[in-house]
Amino acid sequence: MVSVFLENENDAIDREELYMIVYENVSKKYNDVTVVDNLSLTINDGEFVVLIGPSGCGKTTTLKLINKLIKMDEGTISIDDKNIMNIDAVELRRKIGYVIQQIGLFPNMTIEENISVVPKLLKWSKEKCHQRVCELLELVNMPYEENAKKYPNELSGGQQQRIGVLRALAGEPPIILMDEPFGALDPITRENLQDELKVLQKKLHKTIIFVTHDMDEAVNMADKIVFMSKGKVLQVASPEEMLNKPADPIISNFLGKLSFSPNGNDLTCADVMKKKVLIVPETKKTLECVALMKKRELNSAVVVDVNDKFKGAVTIENIREHGKPGEMISKILDTQIETVMITTNAKEAFDKLIETKADYLVVLDRDKTVAGIITGSSMTKALASVVWGEEN
Amino acid sequence: MSILGFLDKYGDKLIKAIGVHLQYVFISVTIGLVIALILGILLSRVPKISKIVIPIIGVFQTIPGLVFIGVLFIYLGMKPITVIIALSIYAIFPILKNTYTGIVNVDESLKEAARGCGMSNVQILFKIELPLAMGAIFSGVRMSTIYTVSWAVLAAMIGLGGLGEFVYRGIDTNNKVLIIGGALPAAILAIILGLFIDFIQNRITPRGLKGGK
Repeated sequence: MVSVFLENENDAIDREELYMIVYENVSKKYNDVTVVDNLSLTINDGEFVVLIGPSGCGKTTTLKLINKLIKMDEGTISIDDKNIMNIDAVELRRKIGYVIQQIGLFPNMTIEENISVVPKLLKWSKEKCHQRVCELLELVNMPYEENAKKYPNELSGGQQQRIGVLRALAGEPPIILMDEPFGALDPITRENLQDELKVLQKKLHKTIIFVTHDMDEAVNMADKIVFMSKGKVLQVASPEEMLNKPADPIISNFLGKLSFSPNGNDLTCADVMKKKVLIVPETKKTLECVALMKKRELNSAVVVDVNDKFKGAVTIENIREHGKPGEMISKILDTQIETVMITTNAKEAFDKLIETKADYLVVLDRDKTVAGIITGSSMTKALASVVWGEEN
Repeated sequence: MSILGFLDKYGDKLIKAIGVHLQYVFISVTIGLVIALILGILLSRVPKISKIVIPIIGVFQTIPGLVFIGVLFIYLGMKPITVIIALSIYAIFPILKNTYTGIVNVDESLKEAARGCGMSNVQILFKIELPLAMGAIFSGVRMSTIYTVSWAVLAAMIGLGGLGEFVYRGIDTNNKVLIIGGALPAAILAIILGLFIDFIQNRITPRGLKGGK
C-alpha cells in the first residue's frame, strides 16, 4: 500500500475510494456511560456525510474519533485500509481538515497566518504558502489585499467561519471534519455558507463528515445522512430516502419538528420571510453591485453598514439613473424603506405591505441586522402552506 | 534645603544609588522572570497539582522582605548576592501566578482547534498559549518590577547601597531631606519602569489582541 495520503490531489480522483473511512465495531465509554456503541460505518471517498441526531447521541464523539481528538476504547477505524492506531496523531491531524462550531481562529495571528497554519506545519515553502492563501481567499470572494492582513476580530462571524473552513482546506487534506460549523451563525449567513460549502465540495471532491442537529441543514447538504441515537446508528440513507422512509420512530419524531406548521395567527415575520437576500456593504461600488444583482437575477439589494446594520436598499434602475461608475452605493441608496421586526406578527406585516404598496419589507433582527425580506410571493407561499399544509 | 542644593550636595551619590538600585531591580526581575516562566509553564501542564502548589507559594510571598533579607544575611553575609536572591524570589510569584492563569485561561476551543490542525503540545504552547497569555505575563512583570523597586530599598539595611541608603541614613540622622531624597526617586523610578513595560507590551502585542478582547 502506498502512503496513506497522496500529496497531489489529482491523483486522488484517479483512484477509486482512496480515502474510504471504515469504522468497525467502534465503542467509546466515559466512565460507565457508553457514548458510541459498537458502531460500524463506511464513508466513501468524496462523499458528503452528515452525522445527525438528538444531543448526546454520540455524533460529535464519532467525528472526533477520526482525527484522534478522542481515543476509542474498542474497535478499529481505518482510512484507506490503514488502521489509524498505527498513524501518529499529530501527523494524522495535519492531513485531516477540522472545523469547529466556535470557529477557533487564533486571535494573535492575521488571517493569512491563520490560513497557513497547516501548510507551515507541513513545511511548505513560503511562496507556496502565500500562493495557497491567495487562491483560497479568492475561492470565497474575500480579496487578498483587503483581508489577509486583518485579524480575526476585525471580521464578521460569517467571514470568520469562511476563514475557518479555508484553514481546514489549506493543507489540501482529502478529508474534512466539521463539527456543527455553522451552528453559531445567524440564519442567513448560515444558508449562504451552506451554499458556498456545497459549491466548494463539488469543485474539490473532498470527503466531508459534517455534524449537525439541524435536519434542514442535513437535508440541504448531505449525500448521505447517518442518523444516530444513543451511540448507535439508526439509519444511513440519502436525504430523500430518510424523509420518505424514516426507519425508526425516533427519526420520524425528529423529522416531525421539521414539518411542524403553525396556526396562521401565530405566524411571525420569521415564518413568512425570504431568507435569501442579496446583502451588500454600503462601501461597494455601483458596478460591482449591478454585477452581483445580475448574477443572482435580482433587481434590488439590501445595503448594510460595516457592522451589518441595515442602511437602506438600492435597485438596478436606481443605479442606472443616478449612479456613476466607481462611486460607492452609499451615495445613492434609498433609506426610505419600510421595515418590520422579525418578531412582528405576520398579519401586521401583511397589512403594512398592502397599505404602503411597497414591493417588499425588510425584516430586521433585534440588533438591526437584516434577517430577510417579505415580498408578496413569500407571504403567499407561507400562507398557502398553512392553509394546505407544508408541501414544498 | 532646595532641590538644587540637594542635588548639588548629593547629586553624584544619588546617580550612583539609582544605578545600583536599577541593577538590583533589573537582575532580580530577569532571574525571577526566567524561573517564573519555566515554573508557570510546568505548572500549567498539571492544573490539579497547581491548585494546591500555587497557594502554598503564595504564602511565602507574605513573609516580610525585611525578615527574609535578614535571614539570608545570616547565611550568606553582606554580599550583593544576598539581596539579589531575596529580590528574585519575591519577583517570581506575581509573574508565576499570571503566567499560570494566563495559560490556563486560554479558550479551550482554541486549543482544540490547534490540536485539530496537527500542532504538537510544544507548538500549541509557543504558538497559541504563550502569545495569548502574554498580556497576563506582562502585568505580572510590571507588578514584580514595581514591587522590586520598593523592596530593593531594603538592600541598604545590610549596607549594600541603592536608594535605601538615603532613606536609612536619613532615619538615623533624623534628616527629612535625605529620607525624601531617597524615597521620591524610588517612587519615580517605579512609575517610569511601569510605563516602560507598558510601552514594550504595546509594541509587541498584535493588533488582533488589542482593544477589548
